Amino acid sequence: MVHMYNIVKKEKLTPQVTLMEINAPLVAKKAEPGQFIIFRIDEDGERIPLTIADYDRDKGIVTIIFQEVGKSTKKLGAMDAGQGILDFVGPLGKPSHLDGVKKVAVIGGGLGTAIAYPQAKKLKSLRVQVDAIIGFRNKDSIILEKEMTAASSRLFVTTDDGSNGNKGFVTDTFKKLLSEGKIYDLVIAIGPLIMMKAVCELTREAEIKTVISMNSIMVDGTGMCGCCRLTVGGKIKFACVDGPDFPGHEVDFDEAISRQDIYRQEERLSLERHECRLGKN
Amino acid sequence: MIDQTLKKVEILEQDPNTRNKNFLEVALGYMGLSETMAKEEAGRCLNCKYPKCMDGCPVGVQIPQFIELIVSGDLEEAYQKIRETNSLPAVCGRVCPQESQCEAKCVRGTKGEPVAIGRLERFVADWHIKYAANKPIHVAKNGKKVAVIGSGPAGLTCAGDLAKSGYEVTIFEAFHTPGGVLMYGIPEFRLPKALVQKEIDQLRALGVEVRLNMVIGRIYSLDELKQDGYAAIFIGSGAGLPSFMGIPGENLKGVFSANEFLTRINLMKAYKFPECDTPVKVGKNVAVIGGGNVAMDAARCAKRMGAEKVYIVYRRSEEEMPARNEEIHHAKEEGIIFKLLTAPTKIMGTEDGWVKVMECVEMKLGERDGDGRRRPVIIKGSEHLLPVETVIMAIGQSPNPLIKDTTAGLKTEPWGGIVVEEETGATSLPGVYAGGDAVTGAATVILAMGAGRKAAQAIKKYLQA
Repeated sequence: MVHMYNIVKKEKLTPQVTLMEINAPLVAKKAEPGQFIIFRIDEDGERIPLTIADYDRDKGIVTIIFQEVGKSTKKLGAMDAGQGILDFVGPLGKPSHLDGVKKVAVIGGGLGTAIAYPQAKKLKSLRVQVDAIIGFRNKDSIILEKEMTAASSRLFVTTDDGSNGNKGFVTDTFKKLLSEGKIYDLVIAIGPLIMMKAVCELTREAEIKTVISMNSIMVDGTGMCGCCRLTVGGKIKFACVDGPDFPGHEVDFDEAISRQDIYRQEERLSLERHECRLGKN
Repeated sequence: MIDQTLKKVEILEQDPNTRNKNFLEVALGYMGLSETMAKEEAGRCLNCKYPKCMDGCPVGVQIPQFIELIVSGDLEEAYQKIRETNSLPAVCGRVCPQESQCEAKCVRGTKGEPVAIGRLERFVADWHIKYAANKPIHVAKNGKKVAVIGSGPAGLTCAGDLAKSGYEVTIFEAFHTPGGVLMYGIPEFRLPKALVQKEIDQLRALGVEVRLNMVIGRIYSLDELKQDGYAAIFIGSGAGLPSFMGIPGENLKGVFSANEFLTRINLMKAYKFPECDTPVKVGKNVAVIGGGNVAMDAARCAKRMGAEKVYIVYRRSEEEMPARNEEIHHAKEEGIIFKLLTAPTKIMGTEDGWVKVMECVEMKLGERDGDGRRRPVIIKGSEHLLPVETVIMAIGQSPNPLIKDTTAGLKTEPWGGIVVEEETGATSLPGVYAGGDAVTGAATVILAMGAGRKAAQAIKKYLQA
């Protein structure tokens, strides 16, 4: 009898973004904000890392939130509560260090908000003042607004096209807060590399410690393959075991951005083939 | 009448130019030898009264005895004889460096070739898998629980030995498939994965429980395992942390650690992409840096993935290469180009960040260094360019630091190896033992098995005390 990890709950947050609660008591027992899991759907599946969005130790469930971008995430998104996936391993990576801070800006870009959320929640529980800024493409792609409201002292939601009435990037709002004289002793920025890079440029100037979270390509997630390597402070680091959190000002973002597209071609082929098959069935 | 032939019975192999395009096993036919051929080879054994070959075996296989059973045609008995001391005969028959162990000590080797002990072991193990059904083996349980971390050669051996003595063994494996390096590292054409699976099934038949997706250090600490009732723990977590050279350009797209390259291909079956979901990128021109078995495996995989030119770039000469002669020989046959006395100095890329060319220097051998090998020295002005799109770093692995970092009081070497008492594998923590690459750094399957076996003996003693 093969052990499966059951999908307990499924919720479409937007047409592309799905939340799932997975029954994984041992992972839930140990999970901390900032850590990730790796899932594999079936025998021929690839190993995909996803940051843990939430966990409930009592119920033994781990929440993941993912965007359906490739074959595996589309396949997972098409599954329903009651079904199971073959592998779900974690918690991996180092937990975020959230001690000893008083005023924190948590900045989430798109799906990065799902990763920023447990950190904001934890900070709030430690009675830290949290200003949260989350940005999305448009009104329909906004996720976790309610949850982030609860996990922050103040929440700002921006959209690229202004469809929610607040046009601009997260960096625009953050810049505004800084110019109003807001002081933070830590900035947590999680989202697309280009966004984290832009935030780091602002905070470097303002000399505010900034932590970013890497979402690199991985195979094993335990330090074995080195696929997720990046340059931090001139040294090679592995996102899976040295991170995923890193001091933002030391990260070579341009290299990380370049490495992100290693398998773009293959990912497209795999997805096209998958969708073509679905079309036939 | 003793067979006087000086040469081993030849094993049948796929033609090099055919096999370098597929992932099927190099040796043809399931067992490599027919029963007649095996008996003929077994007839070369002198059945020495004081067999030297056994001294060369880290797990003490009763070599003359099992060979004699081949001669008399008792193949299942021959298999059981090997199994008494070796949990993985089909694996060892393929990947053990017999030429530097049992066969190196065989007296037939003083004049002509030694008895082909490895081939015979493989024949017997494969014969068993093919013809003899695995019976569930009933061993009276003694109620004592032992946790084994890692399901590579060290862990499997330790688990097998303990289970045979009635201990309740649970193996904790981080990956989704058990087998460790036998699954992710050694390629299908050298060690078919179905066969590793069968060996693991044998352990399950002995009552060993295998728990997958368990990253010890994260999901359970060693202390928690003890609290869960495991009276002893064996750490066989291997040497999984890849090394890089520290030269410019190592993070360009197209540079892999051998671990990544081999894991994608062997464990994740990237050679079946897109039928299997995990891809791997292989350029037309591939350079593999290093001269060990891992380098040979990576080079031969690259060739099979369709690369036109595959180079082994090694800074010393062939004589110093740590790879087995058989692997070097197979690689050459398959068209791998050896660039010896050559070392990379930097990797240069395209505008988009893909590997384009590697700069190398030529080396000459200078004085002998600490380990007796002649140290390579750069020849001035010998810089030259090697156009490649893929670079694979096969320059060694060190132990994964996860258990060390999460276990207070576990003594390790500065380079990460777990400190143990040589004879028992006992670590600095009571009831915790370790062996294999986690202790020695990257070595061989059989040495890891030897360490697993020693630790199993020590654990039995510890738990009886």
